[in-house]
Amino acid sequence: MATKPETEEGSGLADGLFLFVVVLLFWMLLTGSLDPSEIITGAVVALVVTLTSRPHLSIYSGVRITPMAILPIINYLGVFFWELILANIDMARRVLSPSLPLRPAVVEVRTDLRSPLGRLALANSITLTPGTLTVDVQDQTLLVHWVDAPPDIDIENATRKITTKFERHLKGFLK
Amino acid sequence: MTLNLMETAALAILGGAVVLSLLRLLLGPTAPDRVVAADTLAVITTSGLVVLAALLASPLYLDVALIYGTLAFVGVVAIARAIEGNGS
Amino acid sequence: MRILADMFLLIGATFTLFGSIGLIRMPDVYNRIQAGTKAVTLGSISLLIGISLLYPQWWSKLLIIGLLILITNPLGSSTIARALLKSGVQPWKKVETNTPEENSNG
Repeated sequence: MATKPETEEGSGLADGLFLFVVVLLFWMLLTGSLDPSEIITGAVVALVVTLTSRPHLSIYSGVRITPMAILPIINYLGVFFWELILANIDMARRVLSPSLPLRPAVVEVRTDLRSPLGRLALANSITLTPGTLTVDVQDQTLLVHWVDAPPDIDIENATRKITTKFERHLKGFLK
Repeated sequence: MTLNLMETAALAILGGAVVLSLLRLLLGPTAPDRVVAADTLAVITTSGLVVLAALLASPLYLDVALIYGTLAFVGVVAIARAIEGNGS
Repeated sequence: MRILADMFLLIGATFTLFGSIGLIRMPDVYNRIQAGTKAVTLGSISLLIGISLLYPQWWSKLLIIGLLILITNPLGSSTIARALLKSGVQPWKKVETNTPEENSNG
C-alpha cells in the first residue's frame, strides 16, 4: 500500500494525542472499570504505545474530530449499518436462489479521500455493501469486485453507484 | 443456563454453518479456497467463543475470543502475503 | 428481554449459515469471499447483540469484539482478494458474456 507520509510537523502532536486517547479508551473498555489505579495504568500504557509508534503516526493524520464532525459520523454509521443489512438480504437472496444470479466483474472506482484512514474506512464500507468487494487500493483508485456489475459500465458510473453514498459522509470527519 | 427452543435452534444452525465451512475447507479445490474457508471459520469461531462464554456464564472466554480473533486476522494477512509473494 | 435476545441470536446464526451456504455454492473464490465476509460479519454482530442483551454487564468487552470483527474481517478478505488478483487468479465469468476482458490487468 503506497501511502505518502504527511510532512507537516505541526500535525504530529495532534496525531499522537488522537492515538493516546484511542488507546486509553480501548484500555478502559477492556478492563471495564473506572477505578483510578486502572486509569493511571492505562494512561501509562497508552503513553508507551504512542511513543513507540511515533514513526508511524502519520497514518492517523486526516482525522478531524470536531463538534462539527458528530453529525457526519452519525450519518455515516446509519448509512453503513443500513447498507450492511441490505447487503446481507441481497446476498442471501442470491445464495438461496437455485439459478445463482451472478454477473461478476472487476471495476475501478475513484475516490477523493487522501488520508490512509479515510481510504481504509471507505474500502471496508465497500466490502460490506451489496455485492461489492474492495480488491486493491492504488492512490486515488479502488479496484472493486462486483457480483452484479451492469455490462459496459464506465468508471464514472461505477464511482457514483458504489462510493458516493459513503464518501459524502466520510468527508465530514476524514480527509 | 437452561436453553429454550430458540436458543437450541440457534446453536444447531451455528453448528451447521461450521460444518459447511469445514466442508469447503476440505473440498478445496485450490489453496485460496481453503484460506477463505479458514478465514470464515475463524470469525465463526470467534463469535462461537462468545456464545460459549454465555453458555457457561463465564466472562473468561470473552478474552479468549478477543485474542483468537486478533491472531486469526494476523494469520490471514500472513497467508495472504505468502500467496502474493508466491505468484507472478 | 430474553425473547428479543433469542431473536438476535437466531438471526445471527441464520445469516452465518447463509454465509457458509454461499461459501459452498458460489462458483469462484472471489464470490466466495463476498458471501463469506458479508454474511458472517452481520451474523457475528447480531450474535454479539443477542449476547449483550442476555449479559448486559459484559457490554464493554462485547463492544471491543464487535469492533474487532467489523474492522478486521473485511480487511482480511480484501487482503486475500488482492493477493489472489496479484498472483494471477482470474475472476470467474459467465460464458455468455461477450464483453472483452480488459479490466483485470492488476
